[in-house]
Amino acid sequence: MTALIQGLMPHLMVAPILLPMLIAAVMVLMGEGRRPAKLVLGMSSALLGLALSVALFAWVDAYGAVAYLPGNWPAPFGITLAVDRLSAGLLVLTWILGTCALSFASARWHRAGVHFHPLFQLQLMGLSGAFLTADVFNLFVFFEILLAASYGLLLHGAGKPRVRAGVHYVAVNLAASSLFLIGVSMIYGVTGTLNMAELSARLSEGNVANRHLIDAGAAILAVAFLAKAAAWPLNFWLVPAYASATPPVAAMFAVLTKVGVYALMRLWTLMFAGGPLAGFGADGLFVFGGVSAVLAALGMIASQRLAVQAAAGVMVSAGTLLAALGLGEEAVLGSAMFYLVSSTLASSAFFLLVDLVERWRTGSTAVDEAPFLSATLEAQEVNLDDEGEPLVALPFPASTALMGMAFVACTLLTSGLPPLSTFIGKLGMLSAALGPGSGSAPVSPRAWLFTGVLLGCGLLTLIALTRTGIRTFWPEMQRTPPQVRAPEGLPLVALLAACGVLTLAAGPTMELARATAQSLYDRRGYIDAVLGAAVRPPATVREDDR
Amino acid sequence: MEVVLALAIGILIGSGVWLLLRPRTFQLVVGLSLISYAVNLFIFSIGGLAIDKEPILADGVPPDLAHYTDPVPQALVLTAIVISFAMTALLLVIVLASRGMTGTDHVDGTEA
Repeated sequence: MTALIQGLMPHLMVAPILLPMLIAAVMVLMGEGRRPAKLVLGMSSALLGLALSVALFAWVDAYGAVAYLPGNWPAPFGITLAVDRLSAGLLVLTWILGTCALSFASARWHRAGVHFHPLFQLQLMGLSGAFLTADVFNLFVFFEILLAASYGLLLHGAGKPRVRAGVHYVAVNLAASSLFLIGVSMIYGVTGTLNMAELSARLSEGNVANRHLIDAGAAILAVAFLAKAAAWPLNFWLVPAYASATPPVAAMFAVLTKVGVYALMRLWTLMFAGGPLAGFGADGLFVFGGVSAVLAALGMIASQRLAVQAAAGVMVSAGTLLAALGLGEEAVLGSAMFYLVSSTLASSAFFLLVDLVERWRTGSTAVDEAPFLSATLEAQEVNLDDEGEPLVALPFPASTALMGMAFVACTLLTSGLPPLSTFIGKLGMLSAALGPGSGSAPVSPRAWLFTGVLLGCGLLTLIALTRTGIRTFWPEMQRTPPQVRAPEGLPLVALLAACGVLTLAAGPTMELARATAQSLYDRRGYIDAVLGAAVRPPATVREDDR
Repeated sequence: MEVVLALAIGILIGSGVWLLLRPRTFQLVVGLSLISYAVNLFIFSIGGLAIDKEPILADGVPPDLAHYTDPVPQALVLTAIVISFAMTALLLVIVLASRGMTGTDHVDGTEA
């Protein structure tokens, strides 16, 4: 197995992008029907992609960052893909969410519209590409691919709330994309390069001309990323969009805000971690992150709808991460990465759970939320079950217990209480911010503020979710037990189990996250890997050699 | 030429932002289009403005940057045009769906 991967590298790097793209192309050619076949294709693609990304992660962990030149042009000129621990880790996370969300959708939701499966594959492709690219403009292209797919997925199932949230979501993201382009082109105009590693190398040389233009370009670029990461005040689109998206789609969207956070982590550590421009914009990231986390936690208190609370939970975790990045300390960032992975898994599980709970509470899904699943349409034989059967499931005896336990786990994870993995992440961030890392110097006011934000958000989240939990699970009512089908229950359990594994293996995974943060701030490995990527000699030359 | 280009970008962005802040979906679409035109002009100008210079190597012209325009911004503009075109088409579909479902062209789906 290792020998096979050894032989395939570095070509294997491009596989997480090509695989979903080809599968999506095949699915588009298959037309509108054939859902079972598409489901099999999509699931195989998701599982294969998961295996690929795990293999990539293992490779990168053993051998360090690798770069790949798809066009075989030397590094600063052509398009470059690069993978280091951060990219590979987020790739694994993406494909775990993809597999789970697809499995959940297979029970019911993928029948709510026609092009769910190809759009889902394109979403995976855009996410993988955004994590793998080492080129700022290419990052824009992959952002647009993943956004275009997310627009389609958001509208999946149609219905008034979705379309209304979709208009806002698309408009805000298009405006942010314009800012992205302005920022990229300003940075290109000053430095003459789009390659992230080359950019970092040039900025650290010392004699930076027009540094204010670079600052301005980077700030405009950051506004675009902050809008994607749902930082205040650019976050008003997120809650309506995520709360009205179909649950498996929302579960996949849990990683979308993290793409903005990833882009900021990558570019900020490459451009501003050292050299003459060090520390630019850290205060801004800290303030925006902290404020959006607090506001999102207040939003959770203000709402009584579980879906809204799950969406606000995504914003709390994105805001916390931005604030941690704004602290600009390696040790804090290491624990923040651990928190990133576990909070994304938790938000995703929460979205899946919300669907099960809401269906149980309201008897069935409200007609307005899913017109294609309503009884009248089925009576007209529109979008019937594949076997033409009404959608009836067998009662699962332990289902109430499962949902209750899952809700408790989601509450603990979202609010960051012990003993689960987000608590370890938060504890790591706090002990790094307050601890002996800063030497004998007194703890800075920023670290205290960060502590307050983290603990305050945890408390607000806990109050909000406990209240909703009591309202949802305790009232004495003549309710039938909830119906949970295996394809719906398994991904929920899998996502929570992944958090459990992170908790049990907290030692080694935290070490890994710290090493990741260290290599981010060190930068040399990434720059050397990208700029030193060897161009392959053309085939004819190799024949001459023989 | 610099003044004309700067004015063009400024007026397009200004009009686009104003339209973006209006409550009707049609104005939203036009506003986003105007902004994307302005952004394209901005990217185009980033490599420096020049008249009568080749973007690719030509015979008889010495190969240094004094004689050529920067080809990278042009490649970027091309990509940005294609993407913004596709996104505008997508937005139009969503806007039409919203108009059909809510019966109004207000961006919130309800008047007031």
